Amino acid sequence: MSARSAFRSAHTLIAIATCGVLSACEQAPQGSAAPLAAASAAQPARPVAVAFAPPPLSAIPDDAFGVVVRQGEALFRNTPAHAPQYTGNTLSCRNCHLDAGRLADSAPMWAAWVSYPAYRSKNRHVNTFEERLQDCFRFSMNGKAPPSGSPALVALEAYSYWMASGAPTHGVLRGAGYPRLPRPARGWDYARGQALYTEHCALCHGADGQGLLVDGKPWFPPLWGPQSYNWGAGMSRLDLAAGFIKANMPLGNGNSLGDQQAWDVAYYIDSHERPQDPRYLGSIEATRQQFHDGPYETYGRTVNGHLLGVGSGVSGGSTVTQAARGRTTTPLRD
Amino acid sequence: MRRRGVLTVVLLSGAVAHADAPPPAADASVRPAASSSAALAAQMALARQIVLHGSPQGAHECAICHGEEGQGKIKAAFPHLAGLPKPYLERQLRHFGALARDNPSMQAIAHKLDDAQIVALATYFSRQVPPPIMSPATPPPALGEALAVRGRDAIPACVTCHGPGGRGLGGALSAAFPPIAGQPAVYLERQLRAWKNGQRPAGLDGLMGAIGKRLSEAEIVAVSQYFAAQPTLVATVTTEARP
Ligand code: HEC
Ligand code: HEC
Ligand code: HEC
Ligand code: HEC
Repeated sequence: MSARSAFRSAHTLIAIATCGVLSACEQAPQGSAAPLAAASAAQPARPVAVAFAPPPLSAIPDDAFGVVVRQGEALFRNTPAHAPQYTGNTLSCRNCHLDAGRLADSAPMWAAWVSYPAYRSKNRHVNTFEERLQDCFRFSMNGKAPPSGSPALVALEAYSYWMASGAPTHGVLRGAGYPRLPRPARGWDYARGQALYTEHCALCHGADGQGLLVDGKPWFPPLWGPQSYNWGAGMSRLDLAAGFIKANMPLGNGNSLGDQQAWDVAYYIDSHERPQDPRYLGSIEATRQQFHDGPYETYGRTVNGHLLGVGSGVSGGSTVTQAARGRTTTPLRD
Repeated sequence: MRRRGVLTVVLLSGAVAHADAPPPAADASVRPAASSSAALAAQMALARQIVLHGSPQGAHECAICHGEEGQGKIKAAFPHLAGLPKPYLERQLRHFGALARDNPSMQAIAHKLDDAQIVALATYFSRQVPPPIMSPATPPPALGEALAVRGRDAIPACVTCHGPGGRGLGGALSAAFPPIAGQPAVYLERQLRAWKNGQRPAGLDGLMGAIGKRLSEAEIVAVSQYFAAQPTLVATVTTEARP
């Protein structure tokens, strides 16, 4: 249980106690009962993790509510197209919340919906669901937080609420958040991560990490650089990146990497520059002390002689219309 | 009065495989194997000989089943080879030869091909133009399209790797993830079942094997019909038809 963070400890616990993917969860290992029971003895009244599956897309109602649910889905799948004013890179929500926010162990929206309001150590207060959405715009999307009650947030809330149909409120759902992997025995290592990246990731994400555009449209997302998530984003934390990668990458074959490999490749990715943390305090050192002091941060650390945190691109919004860098392929024309 | 007709312009995924930007990871096999046009011509001639007449070692002529230019035979569910990326074709012939990919006729044939012949045949077919695809009378089931363009749970949308419409992503990506548009539905089904049953190597990093294992029988049938109906041809241009 040492890997438990103060932040959303319930999810952490579940991720450790159970398993990585849905399929593996179906035959939940015998051993998983023990840590759960032990923990609930130590911490009173912890709900038991329950399995949950969101309704199929075909069940979105054909009424005024359904229209907004579909808007939320569309925004989730292609954020730069549907919320350009709040988006500062070429990413979409679906890039980090797979199957358009439906997939367990990639922080699915149905599990998120029933987990808020919740205290977050990141900003040291109780966050509403809306505030949590705003956070991913500001950091993961390197954009601007849509104002409270704006159509973009209402659509995302409707989509998440609909997906959580029938889920217990404040319950603990299996597959919530990203899995938390135990701290690796061998630490993490740039060279090992680089070798893994070249072998398992570079074909899709590019040797330079800048992803792929097809006919000018984002296809494989950039993992660092000006069009990726910024230094304030959750994915820039090694534990979150490692958990996501372990469960979901290489795409379509999650849980094929070992834990150690997931940590190493996460470290490699998060040892590259990305847009500055929008909470920047005027110096890397001050920003590091205030926001990046945890054990899983690379911001403000020196890797291969480079002090990370200089920032690349524009924090909080180079607009997507600016030439998005990245390899392009135009399969439709020669 | 003159009628408007449709002339299909052939600019193709396969062609992109040669002409595309350099692959992200240096992969010697993606570079044109023939360093000079003379060497290329020799390869094409060697291949053409085998395609039409079989090999001296007794490999059957490819043309009976795949057509002279690798156009395939839809009715018999023989896949088209024309325009598939060269490294992909080579890999398949090696897998058949090593009995790693299941199919008795192809295993017997590939077993008799030596390395130079494999490279020549892959070069030959990769440089042909894929066949035009007739759109089916009834549209493919919605389930197939949903899987192809959206995916389900941990199964990514097929087009993520196989490109828009299944026409490939070009370059090193198409070499790893081949174009699948316009292949016979029965052929596609057989491949997906082969992965389910562990009868075909799982592809780069085990990716296709992992996906095949998760597909249900209904999904296999539906998604195969979807890609069988996708054009290999890229642009359709309206023009004056001849009488
Ligand atoms: C670069 C990757 C990335 C992108 C893009 C991204 N997110 Fe996130 N998101 C994360 C990470 C990392 C977490 C934290 C997961 C965890 O705590 O296990 C997260 C968490 C969340 C949560 C809370 C989940 C929970 O269970 O508490 C919500 C809600 C959310 N994101 C919504 C969105 C929306 C909406 C978008 C698009 C506007 C988006 N995200 C885009 C990485 C991303
Ligand atoms: C077959 C292509 C493919 C391979 C191989 C692959 N990825 Fe991905 N990756 C994707 C796609 C596509 C997405 C976005 C998912 C979506 O939108 O459905 C993604 C998303 C991601 C993200 C979150 C988005 C972002 O911009 O940060 C990370 C991190 C990531 N991949 C890391 C890796 C790592 C590490 C590896 C190698 C271990 C890897 N990927 C291998 C295709 C791939
Ligand atoms: C007797 C008929 C027959 C002959 C002759 C034949 N093939 Fe095939 N070939 C097939 C069939 C059937 C398949 C599909 C196998 C399967 O279902 O996996 C196939 C598949 C292939 C594939 C794999 C295509 C893909 O998309 O993965 C390649 C490559 C191939 N053949 C090359 C050749 C070459 C080269 C020759 C001549 C040397 C040849 N074949 C001769 C029947 C034949
Ligand atoms: C994560 C990437 C990825 C995704 C997503 C993907 N595939 Fe593939 N696919 C591959 C790879 C890799 C191969 C090559 C296998 C080989 O080299 O033999 C392949 C090969 C194939 C082939 C063989 C083509 C031929 O000519 O024999 C078919 C058919 C196929 N895929 C169908 C699908 C379908 C249907 C889907 C969606 C359900 C899908 N694929 C999704 C990676 C992917």
